[in-house]
Amino acid sequence: MNILVPVLTLSGLGVVFGAGLAIAARKFCVAVDPRLEKIYAKLPGANCGACGMAGCMGLAEALIQGTCTVERCAVMQDEERAEVAAILGVEAKAKVKLVAILHCNGGTKRVIDKFIYTGRRDCVSANLIAGGPKACFYGCIGYGTCAEACPFGAIIMNEEDLPVVDENKCTACGACVAACPKKLFSLVPVSKAYGVRCKSLDLGKKVLEVCSAGCIACRKCEKACPTGAIKVINNLAVIDYNICDNRGECFKVCPTKAIAVKENKVWRAE
Amino acid sequence: MDVSKFIAIIISTVFINNFILSKFLGLCPFIGVSKETKPAVSMGLAVTFVITMSSLITWLVYRWLLLPFGITYLRTISFILVIASFVQLVEMVIRKFFPHLYRAFGIYLPLITVNCAVLGAAVLNSQDFFVNGQPVAGSFWFSLTQGFFAGIGYLLAMLLMSGIRERLELIDPPKSLSGVPLAFIIASLMSLAFMGFSGFKF
Repeated sequence: MNILVPVLTLSGLGVVFGAGLAIAARKFCVAVDPRLEKIYAKLPGANCGACGMAGCMGLAEALIQGTCTVERCAVMQDEERAEVAAILGVEAKAKVKLVAILHCNGGTKRVIDKFIYTGRRDCVSANLIAGGPKACFYGCIGYGTCAEACPFGAIIMNEEDLPVVDENKCTACGACVAACPKKLFSLVPVSKAYGVRCKSLDLGKKVLEVCSAGCIACRKCEKACPTGAIKVINNLAVIDYNICDNRGECFKVCPTKAIAVKENKVWRAE
Repeated sequence: MDVSKFIAIIISTVFINNFILSKFLGLCPFIGVSKETKPAVSMGLAVTFVITMSSLITWLVYRWLLLPFGITYLRTISFILVIASFVQLVEMVIRKFFPHLYRAFGIYLPLITVNCAVLGAAVLNSQDFFVNGQPVAGSFWFSLTQGFFAGIGYLLAMLLMSGIRERLELIDPPKSLSGVPLAFIIASLMSLAFMGFSGFKF
């Protein structure tokens, strides 16, 4: 008879909890959007993570919540994208394509070094030591952490140790924006042809001491711009891309060529 | 019930008998989820929550079910049953009412179901606060305190470890050491450091 007590107690516990969970599952059930499975079936299923979500299911959920758009997936072709958009009930509209732009033109030839760095060639590591070996505190360290972070191989380091964005490969995923310890990248509509390639907030004199390509906050661009899109804020020229319509007056007047023009998808300062 | 007893329990569970670094419970997420601070803290918070709640429920089960029927030898299996079903229930509830929290906990909540730190806390409660099959005075509140601060100690260890490991990402260790081996070495050093709280006994 003694065996009955533990058997009954334990199975009683099991039954009570089981029934409780069954009731709770009914009561607290969350209706799963029927579109979720459909969208998931259409997605590539590679779980590559290039969209920044935890796999394709993550993207499907984000799509349904409307926190991101179909264009986020870099793997899908246009037709599949249209199908997914159809399930969502939106049009796969031609989204303004963004590309990453580096706000620094201070390559090894233009910026002097303040010390010799012999540690690991990684921008985040180097940045921990007095902001990196470059004399400009704001500029590109040049060890290519962004190039490593880019999931599409769209960033290559040029001979001056500056990252160059390949606009054909760039999907504006934002990986480089997050990876750069100096926060030098931003995402800009691909149609915009002018960009400030400097992020230094130092005064003009100090900028000139360390770099031949920096913004010295002379305000010539601000005066030259007919639309008022470019403003000098905190000793740095900043273009408001909502206003800028590619007139290029700022580029013409800039004395240090901190403002660059994009020709054939390549940034050119002079 | 006097306050000094509670303070003793708090200091003891957070530092001296830290679940990870002194009792070596719940080591799997300690290595697995400690690469970055944010998930590590989420994990720590989720563990704190579950340990506290399961301390409460297992105390009730132990006091009113296992003890009266004299079947305390079924402690382990019935605690596991209780914890597993409870975590399932909690998951459903927060998924329904706090979807934001649900997303923040993510995968960590179901993972905790089988985390030995949770079971460890429940078992320790039933060892520490019951004498000769009778609960000591204030046993229930002691159990809750011990459970909650076991979770806090867990959170502390996770936070420290993830902070160190984030920094370790930035150095260039010998190839054979990089990653988990280095994490193990760090874990042992931290464990030694926490041993300092209890001191050497001869």
